[in-house]
Formats: sequence, C-alpha cells, structure tokens
Amino acid sequence: MTTRVLVAKVGLDGHDRGIKVVARLLRDAGMEVVYTGLFQTPATVASAAIQEDVDLVGLSMLSGAHLTLAPLVVEALRAQGSDIPVIVGGIVPANDLADLEGAGVAAVFGPGATAEEMVATINRIVSERLP
Amino acid sequence: MSSASAFEEWRRGYDASHLRDIDFTTMSGVPVQPVYGPPTEEFPGQYPYTRGVHPSMYRSRLWTMRMFAGFGTALDTNERFKEIIGAGGTGLSTAFDMPTLLGLDSDDPMALGEVGRCGVAIDSMADMRDLFAGIDLASITTSMTINSPAAVMLALFVAQAEEAGVPRARLGGTLQNDILKEYQAQKEFVFPPRQSMRLVRDTIAFTAAEMPKWNSVSVSGYHIREAGSTAAEELAFTLANGFAYVELARDAGLTVDQVAPRLSFFFNAHIDFFEEIAKYRAARRIWAKWMRGHYAATDERSWQLRFHTQTAGVSLTAQQPEINIARTAIEALAGVLGGTQSLHTNSMDEALALPSEKAARIALRTQQIIAHETNVVNVADPLGGSWFVEELTDEMERQAEAIFSQIMEFGDGSMLEGCIRGIEENWFQGRIAESAYQLEKLFNQGRRVVVGVNAFLEGNDDADLEILRITNEDEKRQIARLLDVRESRDQMGVNSALARLSREAADPEVNLMPALIDAARANATVGEMMSTMEGVFGRYVEVPTL
Repeated sequence: MTTRVLVAKVGLDGHDRGIKVVARLLRDAGMEVVYTGLFQTPATVASAAIQEDVDLVGLSMLSGAHLTLAPLVVEALRAQGSDIPVIVGGIVPANDLADLEGAGVAAVFGPGATAEEMVATINRIVSERLP
Repeated sequence: MSSASAFEEWRRGYDASHLRDIDFTTMSGVPVQPVYGPPTEEFPGQYPYTRGVHPSMYRSRLWTMRMFAGFGTALDTNERFKEIIGAGGTGLSTAFDMPTLLGLDSDDPMALGEVGRCGVAIDSMADMRDLFAGIDLASITTSMTINSPAAVMLALFVAQAEEAGVPRARLGGTLQNDILKEYQAQKEFVFPPRQSMRLVRDTIAFTAAEMPKWNSVSVSGYHIREAGSTAAEELAFTLANGFAYVELARDAGLTVDQVAPRLSFFFNAHIDFFEEIAKYRAARRIWAKWMRGHYAATDERSWQLRFHTQTAGVSLTAQQPEINIARTAIEALAGVLGGTQSLHTNSMDEALALPSEKAARIALRTQQIIAHETNVVNVADPLGGSWFVEELTDEMERQAEAIFSQIMEFGDGSMLEGCIRGIEENWFQGRIAESAYQLEKLFNQGRRVVVGVNAFLEGNDDADLEILRITNEDEKRQIARLLDVRESRDQMGVNSALARLSREAADPEVNLMPALIDAARANATVGEMMSTMEGVFGRYVEVPTL
C-alpha cells in the first residue's frame, strides 16, 4: 500500500522552500504527499491528517517555535483519538531533541538529512504503527 | 561612451571626488590606479554603470556595514543596536519578529511561541520609543525590514522620531516595503496583492513628498534566492519587481525621476563567487538601460542601481558551524568586488539560531578585514575586463531579458500587471520551487559538494556552539507591556483614529499615511491598524502548490 504523508506548516513561519522540496523528494520515492499550505493551526493540521487518512504528519519548522507548536499538533491528533505519528524537519537545536521526543514527536530531521534517510525513517515509523 | 573621452570624463569625476586618507598602494608599496581598462571603454560612474555607480567607488567611501539585528523586546534590541554602533557599525537594520511582520499583536493566538523570537516585537509607539532610545535618528540611517505592515511601521517610526524632536524630513533610511517578493518567495503576506500595492503606492508618494532622505522600497532578490531561485531568476524577478514599482508610482502621478532614485536594491551573495559578481554587474547595466530606454528617466540617479548585499543564509551549515565564517567571507568579498553599497555578513551560527553576540561580532570583523586589510577596495571593478566575468555578466543579462519578455507577456505590456498576474497564477512560486528542487537533487546525488554535509564530515560531532536562546519570558514581558499600553491609553482617541483609517482605506484615491501616523500617535497597536485595513482590503490565502 502506498504511504500517505501530510506535510504541514504551522504558525507564522513562511519558509516553504524545505517543505516543498521534501514533498517532492517523498513523491519521487513513491509516497503520496498532501501539503496543507501556510499558516495552519495545530487543530487544522490534525483535522486534515485525519480527514486525508494519512500514515504520517511531517511538520516543517524553521522559526524556532517547534517546542511550542509541535507538541500541540501531537496533542490535537491524540485529542481526536488519532495515533498518526508526527515528525519534524527544520532547525532544531540538539538540546531540544529530548523535549520533542518527550512530547511524542517520532523523529526530527535537521539540515543535511538526505532523501534516503527520510524515506527509510518514515517507512520504519509507518510500519511500526501497523497492527 | 564612444571615444577616448570615456577615460577623460571618468578622470574628471574621479578628480572631483573626495578621497579617504589612505594609501592606494599594494602591501609592498606598488601604487595602484583607481580603475583599469582601455580608455575608450566604459568606466565606473558611467552609463550603464556595469562597473559601478561612482567614479571613485570605495576610495571615497566604504560600503555601509549594516548589520541586521533584532530579538526579544525593544529594550533588548536597543542594547544590541548600541553595541553595533559602538563596534563601528554605521547603519542600523531592524529585524522584526514574525507576529510583527504579519501585522499581529503579541497577544494574538497565532503569535504564540513566536514573540521576540526571530526579531524584535513591536506592538505600538511604546515599543518604538524603547527601540530607538538614546540613538540619534538624524545622524544614523535606519533600515526596517518589513513588508505587509510597512506603512504601519513607517507611521510609528515617523511619529516616534518627531516626538523625539527629529523632523521627518531629516530621517534617513530604508523601508523594505517590497510586497511583490512576499507573494513570490518570503510568504509574509496579509492583504491581497492589489490592495497591498496600494499601500506601497501610498508610502512611495508620502516619502517622495515629505521624506527626501528616505528610500521607499528596497527591492529584494535576497529572499527569492533563499527560497531557491537561480542567480538569473533572482536578478530578473527582482528587477521586474523594481520596474513594477516604477509603473505603480507613475500610475499614481509621480514621474519616473521622482521614484527611481528612491528605490534601492537588496541582493543575495551566494557561494558561487564569479556568478554573483556577474549578477551585480548585470543588475546595474540592466536597470540603467531600462530606466533610460524603456521608462525615459532623465535623471542619472534614476539610472544608477544601488544595492545592499547579504551573504546567503541558505549556504550556511548546521554541521561544523565555524566553517561558515569562511563561506561568509567569500560571499562578502563577492559583494564588495561587485560594488555593493552596503553589506550584512551572516553569523556562523545562523543555521542554528539567531546570532550570538560573539558570532555577530566575528561577522562584522569579517567585513572590516575585507575593508581595511585586503586592499581590494583600492581599485573599482577589479574584475572588469576578465573574459570570464564579462561573458558571465552578458549571460546573466540575456537570461534576465528572456524572463522580462515572459513577464511582460503576462501583463500585456505592463510589468506591473505581469508581476501581479505571475503571482496570482503561481508562476514565480512554481519556478522558484522547481529550481530549489533541482538543486537539492544535485546535493542528494553528491553532484554538488557541501562541506560538512555530504563530504568532509570529520568534526561534525564536535561540541555545540553557544547559541542565543530566546526564552518565553520575552513573550510574557511583551504581552504584559502591550496590555499596559491598551489600558493606559485614551480609547476614544484610538477608536476615532481607527474609524478614520477604515474610512480612508475604503477610498483608493486617499493616501493612508496621514491616517496611519495619527493612529500611531493615538497609541493604536500594529494589530489594530492592520485588522482595520483587513476589514476593508480582505486577506490573501495562497493556493498551496507543490
């Protein structure tokens, strides 16, 4: 079955170069990718993920608000009874990794992550979730 | 210029220039000329200015070392400004936080987690006062990097300066105010394109009439490049946007010569050294030709493209961040050899966070090494005449002209209309995303090397740099301050100022600057002024495309 991924920009961060490039690289790897567009809230991302029945949500965060916003997306999904995993890509200082993991973020990709690494990690996370 | 008089004319201009009191010799004492080239060819200071806009270039005046700064509250940034001035910086450049850039007050629910993070939070006059406290705005130039709320920020700045005793006519500086590239690349938009362009028109007309030392728009390719365009796309989209602003002002009744000298430009300095230098040379030549030829400008200053340069944030790596100092130095040198008028050098830690004080100081020192140690400032356009650089300059121009033809076609002969339609139809956005994708594939395939990322990885596990951390404390302090302003002001005055703003926004013939300055003086907040206008203008939603 084809892996479906929702990629999302939450909050005010308008840097969309990375998310668009990653979306296309994931498509090249055979995944179906849905992009939310800019300026989403945690609630709109959670609803879109559930409605689109995706296997994974990828958040792109370059403004430094990841510690505030990523956990809210995980919470919004869980609040709606969804266990869809959430990953983060962008600028995340090493010190923040443990906090994101603690908040339920399944993986974090920093600058320099290759397409192969991302695809492999997404496939692993998605397969671990399958019953 | 067609005869030996090119050299003679240049010589007269050079002799009339004030020169800095330094030795124009190499380190070993060999005297160097101010410029080199055959006497019949183009010289610096001569149309079409491929070789620079001044006959004497950096022999007369170095570029402005304009370091971009802003974080936390206005008080925090005010301290950083004073450090920059103390360290020899000669211009201020204000970075605003994301809520401010999008016209939101710090207590807006969408602002959560972003207040003071990527720049300084400005909600009202009270913050503007703190931001520039103890800084003489008549003796330093101030650049404000803001776009959607540019007119609002200009209103706050003018109101604050006049309260401090500096009349608007004496204020020197630049408002970025380049809304077109927001839709194309940076994506900090609020109103739809046509309504936003009305505000740009109002700021251009207002500054043309009342602020003779102010640059109304900094037409910016920087963000277009950072978003992934090629060098030629950066060049062409930026200049096309510049042409669009000229047409906008012309439609508003200004002459080309009233507006063009007030436009400045802002380019990226990426890591491909010669391509960047060729890009700057081509930019000056194209602008001059179009201003004189297509737009019939007669004032030389309209023909002269002046630009600010910032080194490429996107070229910096989170891995082995110290090596970013070398990248930035090379990029900065390209800007200088390309004849930039001002320069921001990125700090080594910018792939990780906002710059720490030490990293920002090293970045400024990098410029000072180029300016004072290398002697590259002694000769104007030192690469002019290089077969490679001249050919690359011509190639940049050819590629840009091909793009102009396309945009003109979208607009049925109007560059203004072409730029707006190109945005509305996602043409610019799609082209930038495509170029970014193609480049990324080359990195992924290892066809292009990035040291520390896909090659030469030893050292990647070294201890982390000390980075600047912005705490949520700033957000709390800023929100408390905003609530205080809202409570202590005369609410009736605010209401009536906003009512006037709404009324005048609905009449496209009215210039909104006076109403905005009144609202600023009445202590209306940025969010209030913006949402008042949004009530009339509506909000832009980008159709998401991949």
